[in-house]
Amino acid sequence: MGTRTDRIEKKITLRVPPSRVWRALTDAREFGAWFQVKLEGAFAPGARVKGQIETPGYEHLTMEITVERMDPERLFSYRWHPYAIDPEVDYSSEPTTLVEFRLAPAPEGTLLTVVESGFDRIPVARRAEAYRMNDGGWAAQLENIERHVASKK
Amino acid sequence: MSRRRSENALKAAPVFAALGDATRLRIVTRLSADGPSSIARLTGGSGVTRQAVSKHLQVLAAAGLVRVGRHGRESSWELEPSRLAEARRSLDLISQRWDEALGRLETFLEKN
Repeated sequence: MGTRTDRIEKKITLRVPPSRVWRALTDAREFGAWFQVKLEGAFAPGARVKGQIETPGYEHLTMEITVERMDPERLFSYRWHPYAIDPEVDYSSEPTTLVEFRLAPAPEGTLLTVVESGFDRIPVARRAEAYRMNDGGWAAQLENIERHVASKK
Repeated sequence: MSRRRSENALKAAPVFAALGDATRLRIVTRLSADGPSSIARLTGGSGVTRQAVSKHLQVLAAAGLVRVGRHGRESSWELEPSRLAEARRSLDLISQRWDEALGRLETFLEKN
């Protein structure tokens, strides 16, 4: 915990009250609209919610989150698999990262802090994949190669 | 964009060639998961001979994907670049995705 490679932290001030931000985060349909994922089901503590990614170039992927905490207008958190980029791989047995959205009232509206942590427990293989995927130009080609090779086994 | 892409593609070509083989892809995956490994260890359960694994490692090394190191009496192979550099770069990627997602959230809240 707390190492430079274990967590990502982001802060953004949004010009709307916490109640509005809360809805955008915890209404699965609203979340999907900006996160670019078509989710099936509603968020509730303990709920597992799945969906098809709608980000251009990643439409072949699905994501699944397990909701942890929902403290209205304060904290929304879930767990997921951060490098789940290969549709052929079952990631379910691997460690997850924790994503926390923390809301606080600010003079301009709401201060939203996002922390994703637990990366140090993720197998290096996944990191290496994500690393190779970093260059958009490579992504499709590498996938094609992997698929091609896998089909010839 | 297209110029940058084609330059990247050019640089990437040997990497794709090196990875375009089931055995080599398996070696890379294994080194990713297990860390530095001896040829004996990489040969175990692979269904190919030690000589073949050695040859594949040379191809991967030529593409800059792996390198040889020494641990005690036995030489061992590991992924290139270092694990930490990979971890950092992949974190940068995820960090960038969060920036994009939060930018979309901001826009969404302005419009709705």
